[in-house]
Amino acid sequence: MSGYAFPETLVSTDWVEKHTVDPKVRVVEVDVDTSAYGEGHVPGAIAWAWNKQLCDTIRRDILPQDAFERLMEESGIGNDTTVILYGDNNNWFAAWAFWQLKIYGHKDVRLMNGGRNKWIEEGRELTTDVPKTPDAQYRASKPDLSLRTILPQVQDAINRGGVPLVDVRSPKEFTGEILAPPGLPETCQRGGHIPYARNIPWSKACNDDGTFRSIDDLRRVYASEGIDGTKPIVAYCRIGERSSHTWFVLKYLLGFQNVSNYDGSWTEWGNLVGAPVEKGTTAAVN
Amino acid sequence: MKAEEHSTRTLKLGEWEVRLRSYKLGDTYHCTADNVEPGAWIARAQGATKEEAENRASQRARKLLGRTRRKPHGLR
Repeated sequence: MSGYAFPETLVSTDWVEKHTVDPKVRVVEVDVDTSAYGEGHVPGAIAWAWNKQLCDTIRRDILPQDAFERLMEESGIGNDTTVILYGDNNNWFAAWAFWQLKIYGHKDVRLMNGGRNKWIEEGRELTTDVPKTPDAQYRASKPDLSLRTILPQVQDAINRGGVPLVDVRSPKEFTGEILAPPGLPETCQRGGHIPYARNIPWSKACNDDGTFRSIDDLRRVYASEGIDGTKPIVAYCRIGERSSHTWFVLKYLLGFQNVSNYDGSWTEWGNLVGAPVEKGTTAAVN
Repeated sequence: MKAEEHSTRTLKLGEWEVRLRSYKLGDTYHCTADNVEPGAWIARAQGATKEEAENRASQRARKLLGRTRRKPHGLR
């Protein structure tokens, strides 16, 4: 993990194995497939359901501050707790959780490099025991909204002639050939991408085993599309979790200062009446 | 407990590429299917044998993949 801008935000599976009973550490599994935790998980880990516990369940939004504080306390997490996040799909929703913890100012939150799949493939211990969590008190910071981009900001940026938007979906979603990843529900009316967006799929940041690529590889991947940290960057995908993954890479591994996540993403833009949409091919980024 | 007998393979289900990851946990075989590109999980299944788990996951994945429509007119 050498060379990353903030290497302390990433831990190895080996590190996690040594800290599963550390009272200062809380390990949390956040999966796309919310039933995966029940099959077997890292000893001592609890689970958060992205679709029930990490969002406002009435309106489409991130967790309100009071609900966030309640979740932390119910999870046995205090302001000084080291939170380790991991999950399936190479940490897509673990990164989504990471993003929300940073919005609410949690100091020490880290991703387990490689996620759930790496832990399993390394033959590490799994359990179905659900741990009891200790009492905790939590006070969130005022939300840091610089980490988030909302619709009017994207519209304004386009009207002013463009913004470095990074669309991290697959090329077929970007071009408009498909409306959602194969096998997932189509949740938008139109296919394509936001004007000016560059297509750099989230997976370009990962090795085959799900760990993040080296700092030199990451610099090359993003620089080849003009993303070098000299301008503000907005990442988006379909619902905001894959773009959280890329947001993490750009902000904490590459160290770019002005990076935000447009979590409304394509399910917002692709359903807007009158919104400009571009379709077409994309250059492959290696 | 620890996962054993890991295997990963890709196959085509209809026009879509799918990756099956299988392993044994205790007495049960587990299989997850993802869509390779972009790598999203689409189905999970268990079975008494690896073949049984993979067949069940594949069947579920095939059903879901069958709902995905291509829109070639969206291309320039």
